[in-house]
Amino acid sequence: MKELSLNILDVAENSVRAGAANISILLSLDGAGWLTLTIADDGCGMDEQTVRRVSDPFYTTRTTRKVGLGIPFLQLAAAQTGGALQIDSEPGKGTTVKATFDTGSVDFTPIGDMPSTLATLIMGAPNVDFHFRHTTPDGEVVLNTDQLRATLGSEVSLAELEVIAWIKDYMREQYDRLGGKNE
Amino acid sequence: MKTLAELAAIRDKMQNKVTIREGEGQTRIVVGMATCGIAAGARPVLNAFVEGVADAGLGDTVTVTQTGCIGICQYEPVVEVFEAGKDKVTYVKMTADKVKRVLDEHIKGGSPVAEYTIDMAQK
Ligand SMILES: Nc1ncnc2c1ncn2[C@@H]1O[C@H](COP(=O)(O)OP(=O)(O)OP(=O)(O)O)[C@@H](O)[C@H]1O
Repeated sequence: MKELSLNILDVAENSVRAGAANISILLSLDGAGWLTLTIADDGCGMDEQTVRRVSDPFYTTRTTRKVGLGIPFLQLAAAQTGGALQIDSEPGKGTTVKATFDTGSVDFTPIGDMPSTLATLIMGAPNVDFHFRHTTPDGEVVLNTDQLRATLGSEVSLAELEVIAWIKDYMREQYDRLGGKNE
Repeated sequence: MKTLAELAAIRDKMQNKVTIREGEGQTRIVVGMATCGIAAGARPVLNAFVEGVADAGLGDTVTVTQTGCIGICQYEPVVEVFEAGKDKVTYVKMTADKVKRVLDEHIKGGSPVAEYTIDMAQK
């Protein structure tokens, strides 16, 4: 993938498909340049065998079940910087996927367009509560759909095109302000 | 600056429209967003459709939705267009740049862009 935000979109869509009501996506950059990505959901979860299968595409060769590449791609993106990926999951409770990246590595994939990723996720699953937070030593970008839903009321969907456009701009402005502080 | 007050204004505008929406002759544009599609560039294609439909004021009759793997990964990004009473049209190897023509000629104009369809790609 060209941008980490695309990996995030892909992996968070697994959480949507797992029937999650809440999905949190956290990006946290520390002062030493390590980025931690955490995608946590309260969806159906996975048993141990499934977790193994998901993180190792070759482990599945003997089963007939379809293998995805979403998590292996994210794992690769983390590993090539010297970071790692970890999955914690419990059937009936939910799943947490955590990946670490050394942003100083030449093989670090840029984060890219997070506002588009959030907009795409929300359009596809307007009833899910997404909690997004991206923190850096300079500040943070935050988006919580429960807050937006409180403003919109029950009749207007978050998937309305004008609402989606607002969400993208709202996040872009926060990113611009964050970027401005680095200059 | 974007504020929640602006979002509330969007809500007020929308609330008046909600009732007109149902039961209209809908066109559905479906974008494949599985790993294969996303890696091939489906997200900008989806966003170009969403923005194009909104800009053209087609939001009442055209919906843009996402789906998983359509099963033809070598042709991703794949977009399917469903119109009432017509055959499905499948566009392959889509890009954000191609979206405008599909919106103008097919969605608004009624004639699919043959060049971008799977039938052409398979010839
Ligand atoms: N958060 C999750 N909760 C529950 N099950 C999950 C979760 N994430 C992954 N899985 C399971 O692991 C499988 C493989 O996930 P993976 O991301 O590798 O591929 P995929 O997105 O399903 O497929 P594709 O590559 O076609 O997009 C999923 O189909 C699902 O069964």
